Amino acid sequence: MAVQALSAAATANSPLTQANAQPLAGGTTLIDLMKLDVMRPAAIVDINPLDQRWSAIDPGGENLRLGALAKMSDVAAHDEIQRHYPVIANSLKLAASAQLRNMATLGGNVMQRTRCSYFRDVSYRNCNKRSPGSGCAAMDGVNRMHAVLGTSDQCIATYPGDFAQALIALDATVEVTGRSGIRRLPFAELHKAPGSTPEIETTLQSGELISAFVIPGRWPRSVYLKARDRQSYEFALSSAAVALDVQDGTIRDARIALGGVATVPWRARETEALLKGQKFDDGLAQRAADAAFADAKGRQHNSFKIALGKRVVARALQQAVTMEI
Amino acid sequence: MTAAAPEPKANMGRPVPRYDAVVKVTGRATYGSDMPLDNPAYAFLVTSAIARGRIDGFDLAGANRVRGVIDIVTHENAPKLKESKLFSNGGYAGTTIQPLKSADISHDGEIIAVVIAESYEAAREAANRVKVSYAAATPSATFDSPGTTTAAAKGQSSQFKEDPKVGDFAKGFNEAEVKLTASYDTPTQHHNPMELFSTSCAWMGDNLVIYEPSQYVYGLKNGVAEQLGIDADKVRVVNPYVGGGFGSRGSMTPRTAIIAGIAKRLNRPIKLVPTRDQGFTIATYRAETRHEIKLGASRDGKLVALRHEGAEVSSRADPYCVGGTKTTTRLYACPNVDSLVSIVRADRNTPGFMRSPPEVPYLFALESAMDELAVKLNMDPVELRRINDTTNEPIGGKPYTSRSLMACFDEAAKAFGWAQRSAAPKSMSDGDWLIGYGCAATCYPTQMAPAAARVRLQRDGRTRVEIAGHEIGTGAYTILAQTAAERLGVPLEKVAVFVGDSDLPPGPVAGGSNSTASTCSAVMMVCDQVRQRLLKAVMPNKSLTDKAKETIGLGQTPATKAAKSSEAIDLEKAFDALGTGLIEEYGEWKPEGAPMDSLRAMHAGHARLVGGASMKDKIAYAFGAEFVEVRINRFTHEIRAPRLVGAFAAGRIMNPRTARSQLMGGLIWGMSSALLEATEIDQRTARYVNDNFADYLVPVNADVPGVEVILLSEQDDHINPAGAKGLGELANVGTNAAICNAIYHATGQRIRKLPVRLENIEV
Ligand SMILES: Cc1cc2nc3c(=O)[nH]c(=O)nc-3n(C[C@H](O)[C@H](O)[C@H](O)COP(=O)(O)OP(=O)(O)OC[C@H]3O[C@@H](n4cnc5c(N)ncnc54)[C@H](O)[C@@H]3O)c2cc1C
Ligand code: SF4
Repeated sequence: MAVQALSAAATANSPLTQANAQPLAGGTTLIDLMKLDVMRPAAIVDINPLDQRWSAIDPGGENLRLGALAKMSDVAAHDEIQRHYPVIANSLKLAASAQLRNMATLGGNVMQRTRCSYFRDVSYRNCNKRSPGSGCAAMDGVNRMHAVLGTSDQCIATYPGDFAQALIALDATVEVTGRSGIRRLPFAELHKAPGSTPEIETTLQSGELISAFVIPGRWPRSVYLKARDRQSYEFALSSAAVALDVQDGTIRDARIALGGVATVPWRARETEALLKGQKFDDGLAQRAADAAFADAKGRQHNSFKIALGKRVVARALQQAVTMEI
Repeated sequence: MTAAAPEPKANMGRPVPRYDAVVKVTGRATYGSDMPLDNPAYAFLVTSAIARGRIDGFDLAGANRVRGVIDIVTHENAPKLKESKLFSNGGYAGTTIQPLKSADISHDGEIIAVVIAESYEAAREAANRVKVSYAAATPSATFDSPGTTTAAAKGQSSQFKEDPKVGDFAKGFNEAEVKLTASYDTPTQHHNPMELFSTSCAWMGDNLVIYEPSQYVYGLKNGVAEQLGIDADKVRVVNPYVGGGFGSRGSMTPRTAIIAGIAKRLNRPIKLVPTRDQGFTIATYRAETRHEIKLGASRDGKLVALRHEGAEVSSRADPYCVGGTKTTTRLYACPNVDSLVSIVRADRNTPGFMRSPPEVPYLFALESAMDELAVKLNMDPVELRRINDTTNEPIGGKPYTSRSLMACFDEAAKAFGWAQRSAAPKSMSDGDWLIGYGCAATCYPTQMAPAAARVRLQRDGRTRVEIAGHEIGTGAYTILAQTAAERLGVPLEKVAVFVGDSDLPPGPVAGGSNSTASTCSAVMMVCDQVRQRLLKAVMPNKSLTDKAKETIGLGQTPATKAAKSSEAIDLEKAFDALGTGLIEEYGEWKPEGAPMDSLRAMHAGHARLVGGASMKDKIAYAFGAEFVEVRINRFTHEIRAPRLVGAFAAGRIMNPRTARSQLMGGLIWGMSSALLEATEIDQRTARYVNDNFADYLVPVNADVPGVEVILLSEQDDHINPAGAKGLGELANVGTNAAICNAIYHATGQRIRKLPVRLENIEV
């Protein structure tokens, strides 16, 4: 298969509009899944030649703008992002490995696919996400890594990334470039919970590319806490992106998103509502954390994620409240 | 000296850098699949998606349409191969399950087709397009699965010889003042050496060359010849470097003869590089085990009764069994001992050796139980070991040839800071982290096998050492070069070493940690033959007494006892007197107590290991003590092991640098085994689920910030001429228990099932 290059996205005859064309950014998800025969694109379109604005990191002004082709490592190392958006810098720094972060882009990162072992091994027949209607091998199989929030009876696969939690917590907007130009939507509307169509993961249309992420405001009091089996280079068992606006011990505003436990980047709105306007103490942290998992459903091997997730949220809140800014 | 090159103590060689350091770090070391082949075709395996049943049929239309496909081999058209017997049954194979023989499938991931194409990519693409229809039957996955059968190991496995017992366990246990009964579980684990299970086969007329990572080139050569029905002399196995073995390459797998057969039929060299996940099912693995330990002790800590019952999973076809009770029943003084090992058969591929096969699971159980007993006795666990230390093993009363267990405990305890431990569980912490200290004993049998070597010496001191040993990353090249240099008294730089080629004189399997002792003993012996010829030349009239043979060396760098020469030989004079330009000597070394037929067996690719607990009048083990610090996060329950300290004594240390690397790697693997590694099995389908490096976790650098290895000086004149005890499999034995013991100390929670993960912690 020939790799086609893309140098302008908003054109009517973009090669991306071919049936089953896949954009290629860093390739760290796409090429892996092609080798595993999980993804079989009819055409690959290299989007790296797109102009420099696609990889720009622009922290100026009221909004932070991150180009979709910016590398994870460049964003994580950026001074102003570390200062004003620690949750973004840390969600990236704690992800994957140095080598992968040097290759991988932000756009590719939010589009990465689940790590469900049954999805990634085509010798398992039953995977609704890979072949709709075939069943779900994970439901009663080895499901320690699987989701407890946002699941359906069709799919319980975890959304594996870290950075998306930071975006969702910070009310980011995603800028999408298609044939007919640019449209914007809340990042929270990009990913779709599995429901009865786990094969549809996002609301992107054919030919559309993510061009940038725009984050309003600054969130210096923010943390990303990630619990995992090893100290580095491992996906989250549970993570929390927390951003707070605290004055005199009272929480004026709170943004919380959960990773490792849900089928999509998960906004914990109940938790945020409980916190707003309250004086912070450990009891409040506990109640707020419990609220985040009120609807959680565990399976044979992953039920521990409910208790773990609560502790992670509570601890992340404590860290955010006490951090020096 | 640096940490990587520890200062040698008494009875240690010099910490010279690795012989192969430069080629390795510059990427020039040629591993099996790097070997150039003339116009090769590429093979890609198709493996079964069911664990039990039959293949109903193939649809190969899509695969055959892929450009570059040459052939697709299935059971319907596979080359006919002769059966292979299990290594423990007089054969060479690690499994008797022979794929491509019929439509039957007996485990997950069995080879069911081989696609041959002009490129790797085409072969893979076509393999992905092979459609298989199965008639699946319900498989039995593991312990407790319906359909498994259980029977005592003794009697069904020629590998497992005895259930050691002595005294009257029932009485001893009944009357004991303090009693402990506890059960322990270890998981399925896979070796995952970095180098994949590749095989390249090239025929030149009737002669076959195989490039394959192997820990036993003579075994593989003879085994493949047997399966192909050809003379073993027509087969040559070459692998100057092996990218890790850990036991996975000790016995023959079915893939080699299959690829050789296809290469013959197509009259073209074939290169196979299987995927990481195929490695989980086309080779062997460490099967899951279960244990029940009963300990009875007096109030003052003396063991009065010990029972170890173990169960292990194997395949339907083969009774593989590690049976570590031969070690655990002999480690401590105890008058009443009993044991039993059984094998549970399931629909799985046949398990096999994995670094310290018996000791890893069995000592995890015993050394955890010893810690539990220490808690019951309110005693320091180190002191409990001291009280039960012994110079003679309790089953047959045979003396240990040397035993530095308590010296290791004392050294490691000091380096670790064990005295700073507050004994009560949950009593130490640092911010968000609970801290636990734990320790355990480690040991591994000292084993030897027959080995042959050829040594050539030239007038200018250039020396060539040839032995079909194996460089699996342990430092074989380096210590063989050192041994020859020291023995002959020539400069190290002048010694060239050749291993990993079955055209060289036979060496033993690189397994059971016997390589150093065996190959160095053989090379020393042959170097002595060279020296004798030189001596005869310069002192033709002197009758050489044994004393003189011992004390006259060639000068230069005397290090071993024998080479400490009072009279150095002038090489040039000696060669002139001999009137020759080169001396070549060949010799076969046989360890004490090796069976009569063992040299013949050596040439036929059967390694007859002797030593450990199986010797007539003595018992030989290497010992060590391991201390770990674990930290458990109060909030996330994440478990980390920032400090691993081990002290080890293993007879003569040939090279403290390579020894340290082995032991350090062992400690890290031990930690990995305790906290990370487990192959997950889908209970419904008896299939491995996390069969890749993203899901089968091993530690990254951030997980092992502090590893300290202490080498103790030990001299043992009762084991082998080299005076060396194997240490490659010594360090990863004790770590599982040490970590669980530390977790108990940190949390008050006793965890008896590996690996320990954050969901197992309740604090
Ligand atoms: C071993 C391993 C460990 C990892 N650990 C972590 C971890 O701990 N945390 C974590 O967050 N991630 C982890 N990752 C995932 C990694 O971060 C992603 O693979 C990476 O971010 C993907 O970026 P990429 O540019 O390489 O994407 P690509 O592989 O190029 O693309 C990924 C997908 O997105 C599509 N795509 C790419 N760019 C765009 C765009 N602009 N618009 C629309 N679609 C697009 C592609 O078509 C493709 O389908 C890990 C990956 C590996 C292999
Ligand atoms: S959880 Fe989803 S991705 Fe995994 S097997 Fe089930 S359907 Fe497929």
